[in-house]
Amino acid sequence: MGITELQKLCTRVRKDILTETHAAGSGHPGGSLSAVEIMVALYFEKMKIDPKNPKDENRDRFVLSKGHAAPVLYAVLAERGFFDVAELPRLRKLHSFLQGHPDEKKCPGVDVSTGSLGQGVSIATGMAMGLKLQNNPAEVYALCGDGEMQEGLVWEAAQAAAHYKLDNLTVIIDYNGLQIDGSNKEVMDVRDLGEKYRAFGFDVTEVQDGNDIEQVLKALDTPKKENMPRMILCHTLKGKGVSYMEGQVGWHGKAPNDEEYAKAMAELEV
Amino acid sequence: MSETKATRAAYGEYLVELGAKNDKIVVLDADLASATQTGKFRAAYPDRFFNMGIAEGSMIDAAAGLSAVGLIPFASTFAIFGTGRAYEEIRNGIAYPGFNVKLAFTHSGISVGEDGGSHQAIEDIALMRVIPGMTIIVPCDANETRKAMDAALEINGPVYIRLSRLATTVLEEREFKLGKANVLRDGDDVALICCGLTVEKCLEAAEDLKEKGISAAVINMHTIKPFDEETVRKYAGKCKKIITVEEHSVIGGLGDAVASAICGMSGFTFKKLGVQDMFGQSGKPAELFKEYGIDTESIVKAAL
Repeated sequence: MGITELQKLCTRVRKDILTETHAAGSGHPGGSLSAVEIMVALYFEKMKIDPKNPKDENRDRFVLSKGHAAPVLYAVLAERGFFDVAELPRLRKLHSFLQGHPDEKKCPGVDVSTGSLGQGVSIATGMAMGLKLQNNPAEVYALCGDGEMQEGLVWEAAQAAAHYKLDNLTVIIDYNGLQIDGSNKEVMDVRDLGEKYRAFGFDVTEVQDGNDIEQVLKALDTPKKENMPRMILCHTLKGKGVSYMEGQVGWHGKAPNDEEYAKAMAELEV
Repeated sequence: MSETKATRAAYGEYLVELGAKNDKIVVLDADLASATQTGKFRAAYPDRFFNMGIAEGSMIDAAAGLSAVGLIPFASTFAIFGTGRAYEEIRNGIAYPGFNVKLAFTHSGISVGEDGGSHQAIEDIALMRVIPGMTIIVPCDANETRKAMDAALEINGPVYIRLSRLATTVLEEREFKLGKANVLRDGDDVALICCGLTVEKCLEAAEDLKEKGISAAVINMHTIKPFDEETVRKYAGKCKKIITVEEHSVIGGLGDAVASAICGMSGFTFKKLGVQDMFGQSGKPAELFKEYGIDTESIVKAAL
């Protein structure tokens, strides 16, 4: 796809996220919106996947370690053809296959059930280990949050990834700087994530604007280093695309009401 | 002199045999391979062994990931660290998605001995029991350990196998059917319901009681989940005294599983022997069994 087309797709995905959370009356728009370009780049340009064969053994794997950003994952899976876009308003409803946090048992295209921070990237590490053992060239991508870096399990996974030379593993951090109780700095400073991952043995690439899809694609296309896992640190804007959500802590886990929804959709129409 | 062998030893050896037959089996440990005996598998199949270091959460989730790509992992560490520290990884990383992972944790219960209370898991069965979809097997000896491992492989889902540090008597080999209690000895007066290392003690107690004119049944509940309520209720209907004996807290383990099963029934007294809601401590295993009231003498006393 050309860049303009991809950008239009990103706008469509943003609208999907708002539609989902508005219909659900709850959910996590802020951290879903910040990850749009990353998700579109992966699912539409980078990953070897086929909506008709969601369980193909040789497919690339994706783990939404920041599982609360389920709305962006569901939006991208729907737009990619894993299920009908019309189903998106069923987010978080009783008996829905679109659970509050991704459920692999229920949702087509979801590789791993997540929601408990730190576990997704840790499971992704195990997947990469297993694929290597089976000489399967499939890639594993894990998308983490910045607050998530506070969980010790993340660093256990990092040490294992370097130890087992998992060059088939890419950890992407959606670094929007905010979490629930405030900014990362205010709550529990995660400091220099690039330096930390480098110290843990990762090859680190930094994306200055993680909401510029060209920059994200360029980072994903950077040649990988042998025997080293990779980390791509994306500086993003929480709530990107909706003026009253951008850079706001409060829109981490709150759904837009009717008025707010209408305003946001109108903004994205332009 | 009867043969003794620790269930962890039987585990370590049999794991290698299983690994030879099924190349999907992989093994993980958290820097305790020499203690859990997974070191034997490591020596035989180094490429299929993953030491995750002193990082139990990481080990459990790595097992989940390996399972997600079609392998069959056995993950081992001490029961307290596996079920305790990595509880949520087991719960959310393995059980919630229903991954086919076998958790074989050793050094369970007070028989851990000298390491003391921080290392003696007296709550691991309770923690695993409350997880939906978790199968729990507590083998009583080396023979039953192998059968438990076979049974575990027949299940496509999470299984917890509770193993011990201590070398214990290899009992007479019996048939093993998952979820079906083994009545090792029938009796009409007292039902001694047990699992794991207390099975041997109950058999000894039953002999002692026989000499005292008391007929004691000994029921080996090797499968804690799914629980054989039918057999338990049968003996509650038959015997005047129901006594449960476990190397575990009396809260949330075998005793409470039996209590749930016989709730509403009458005509008997019910007593739970086990660790009475306290932490373990350093000592020799035999001393600790006596200290915590689950040695043969304590069982006999409870049945009189």
